[in-house]
Amino acid sequence: MTTLTREEADSDIVDIDRVTIRFAGDSGDGMQLTGTQFTKTSAVFGNDISTVPDIPAEIRAPQGSLPGVSAFQVSFSSYDIYTPGDRPDVLVAMNPAALKVHLPDLPKGGMVIVNSDEFNETNLKKAGYTVNPLQDGSLQAYRLFEVPIGTLNSRALADTGLSAQEIDRSKNMFALGLMFWMYSRQLDVTIKYIEERFGRRNPQVAEANVKTLKAGYNYGETTEMFAQHYHVPKAKLKPGVYRNVTGNEATAMGFLAASKLAGRPLFYGSYPITPASDVLHALAGFKRFGVKTFQAEDEIAAIGSAIGASFGGLLGMTGTSGPGIALKSEAIGLAVMVELPLVVIDVQRSGPSTGIPTKTEQGDLLQCMFGRNSVAPVAIVAPSTSSDCFEMAIEAWRIAIKYRTPVIFLSDLYLGVGSEPWLIPDINDLPKMEPNFATDPSTFKAYERDPETLARPWAIPGTPGLEHRIGGLEKANITGNVNYEAENHDLMTRLRFEKIERIANDIPEVEVFGDEDGGDLLVLGWGSTYGVNHTAVQRARTAGKSVSQAHLRHLNPFPKNLGDVLKRFRKVLIPENNMGQLTLLVRGKYLVDAEGLHRVTGRPFTISEVEEKILEMVD
Amino acid sequence: MVTADKSENIQVLTRRDFVSDQEVRWCPGCGDYSILAQTQRVMPDLGIPRENIVFISGIGCSSRLPYYMNTYGFHSIHGRAPTIATGLKSARPELSVWVITGDGDALSIGGNHILHLMRRNVDLQVVLHNNEIYGLTKGQYSPTSPLSKVTYSSPLGSIDWPLRPLAVALGAEATFVARSLDVDPHHMVETLGRAAGHRGTSFVEIYQNCNIYNNGAFEDFTAKDVRADRMIFLKHGEPMIFGKNADKGIRINGLKPEVVELGKDGITEKDILVHDETIEDPTIAFMLSRMDYPDYPVPVGVLRAVKRPTYDGLLEEQLAQAVGGKEHDINELFRQGDIWEVE
Repeated sequence: MTTLTREEADSDIVDIDRVTIRFAGDSGDGMQLTGTQFTKTSAVFGNDISTVPDIPAEIRAPQGSLPGVSAFQVSFSSYDIYTPGDRPDVLVAMNPAALKVHLPDLPKGGMVIVNSDEFNETNLKKAGYTVNPLQDGSLQAYRLFEVPIGTLNSRALADTGLSAQEIDRSKNMFALGLMFWMYSRQLDVTIKYIEERFGRRNPQVAEANVKTLKAGYNYGETTEMFAQHYHVPKAKLKPGVYRNVTGNEATAMGFLAASKLAGRPLFYGSYPITPASDVLHALAGFKRFGVKTFQAEDEIAAIGSAIGASFGGLLGMTGTSGPGIALKSEAIGLAVMVELPLVVIDVQRSGPSTGIPTKTEQGDLLQCMFGRNSVAPVAIVAPSTSSDCFEMAIEAWRIAIKYRTPVIFLSDLYLGVGSEPWLIPDINDLPKMEPNFATDPSTFKAYERDPETLARPWAIPGTPGLEHRIGGLEKANITGNVNYEAENHDLMTRLRFEKIERIANDIPEVEVFGDEDGGDLLVLGWGSTYGVNHTAVQRARTAGKSVSQAHLRHLNPFPKNLGDVLKRFRKVLIPENNMGQLTLLVRGKYLVDAEGLHRVTGRPFTISEVEEKILEMVD
Repeated sequence: MVTADKSENIQVLTRRDFVSDQEVRWCPGCGDYSILAQTQRVMPDLGIPRENIVFISGIGCSSRLPYYMNTYGFHSIHGRAPTIATGLKSARPELSVWVITGDGDALSIGGNHILHLMRRNVDLQVVLHNNEIYGLTKGQYSPTSPLSKVTYSSPLGSIDWPLRPLAVALGAEATFVARSLDVDPHHMVETLGRAAGHRGTSFVEIYQNCNIYNNGAFEDFTAKDVRADRMIFLKHGEPMIFGKNADKGIRINGLKPEVVELGKDGITEKDILVHDETIEDPTIAFMLSRMDYPDYPVPVGVLRAVKRPTYDGLLEEQLAQAVGGKEHDINELFRQGDIWEVE
């Protein structure tokens, strides 16, 4: 194990409390792997971390081209952080295209480390450079370090017996080793990973990767290129056992946990779609827990199968992104009419239509609220951070089971692929859920409702004496027989509507971070804007402004006290990565003059964007 | 049929036990009445408790059938019954699942799903009421309507080339393919019974008369006086002989089926094709599926019945293997990967 303790370190270590590194290279360069390894190592060390990958939309764009650039940003700190950083402090650019694409995000004075070997005429041309930026002085404003990573890596692995191609593929490990030295990280997490990943299948490659990792580290230590290196002390996190988790991982584990807590097997019908496919992959890997996954022929078959499974008494669910929700609308409406428990995951991405599959957005809120014919309300929950996906997954099923309703779990790409530390729970400490299947033929009526929740019985095939028919046609109150009568239809519409409204009696009130009694401005958000809003409000409050923050995890129905909370503030700001959807709902329901801040770039807000708007509104 | 209910009393179920309390609303004279009656008649013979039987339908006149069956039922959305049925059967493989559909529901909007249902070989029964028209929406042409058919949406005649449901089923690798007709109750009972007994997706097309919007679509060959001469009732292991006097037969000539007369030109029973449901190769079954009046006798009965693992069977097997009879620890899953402790 290679450790660098504070005592052993040379005297040029600088203590800093936060660093944001962006690794960028060609999509074949292993930037995602490099980034996640750096992240894991930092997390294990004890920093708070937050990450966001930036993957190209193509699977393999031409090598060295601009669309082929893949990046990974990791922010790590000694205090609580809520975002992966507005702008990087360090850019590691493995080729000219990576530099071209990502340099604009680096503030002046930031550090740029390039793989100088790749800055040849061909690659420069592919990246659209007419002159070499390493030579024309254009990088003067930055702290530039030209490292011949390719050459150094080849040299380190010269006598391993590997082919030139295999050697070249390990150069990201050299870069990683160098960065580990730069930030005083240990190598053992990555060494363990390499051994587990390649050790058995290809020990030669494993050995080479470890060798070049160490070579990169040693290069940092020996060369005189870097006058300083850095140390980011551990953060004060709540005591407990942690692991790093992406939103999609937390989502899958949360739904598995829900099935354990409800005592019913999970059935996941899904069709691959970026960025939700990872949830399908994860759940498909949980067969040992009895999870049934079904890769359907299309989005509609996916939700149809989930409805069939719920009809059968399992926890039937499906998952997709925006375009899939559009396809599933009719079936969601059917689930509303037959009042069966169902969960639908939407990991939102940039749209409309095919949009930008690898970029994030918050554009589906209104689609989820209203995207069905006639009056077909569904409950909507929205996790606010990557690790919150776990808790909200369980919450989605709690509501679906108790109220016999579809629930949409509204996540997004940024949460789904971003990661942060997760305080690992014990499944035995989490609250159980009761399906409460109907069993008694003498009292059973298919559409007789619980007086409190208005939920109808969940009567599953195989139960003797409860044979009944459900379907998409309007049905009579109590009996559930097909019925077209005027007054019955009005009644049933209101009952279905009221059932969803009553969920508000059963969810927590919205909390205010800041001044509960009110103030000049409330920043209200939902979903992945949590981190940015929180940090921006924190900064504004430190500057003495009367600003508070509230964040919604339940979007339909809203928490009971939301209207009251909004009225305590002179102004309300709703930052959203859309053109004003929560804003529309809030204005419509509460007659509050909420103002929206809208950015639809495919990237999350930066803290400074929200901060600027806050200052504009309170001054 | 005798079953034991939960209190161990022996229950004898009859057709009446499967008649629901709902008033049947099809047009008087509709072929669906007969199909319903035979479907109800088959149920007691399945040897399955009533509570384990589920009827799932899409949208169309045919799809009203679940309301009239005193079993669990789900009248779902247009074309999507196969998806719900797949989910239900995968979730609860012990149930007896029936998909009731029509030519529009299954082959127009539902074309995609019906294909995948059959290739997956989910163990359930599909009963397709083919009336060659859209009845519920009042008389538009359907994917099985003949070319040039004049309807409300094709006043100058349909320019759509029709599909053959059985040919589609064979193309989709269905392991059980059969056809029956609404005017022959015994044949329907027998065919539906065979379908229920087959392990895998059993696809049954039933020629059904819509007397309001497409009256007499099949009468040219199903009418009592001509049926024997214009249809062939397939039986496994028996030569394909038909005709009122059992004097005509089918043989393969080159790559085509050919109608021949027994006793003429030295043709004997030995020359007649013997029907074999169990041949893996669907070529002959495919030929049968394309035999139309007036060039050929229209075949009914079971064209194909082959064995193949079922989707639900494979799913259960895979799961059982993964679970390995153990209770796996979720906490262990949570703690996978690199963990660290904050004190």
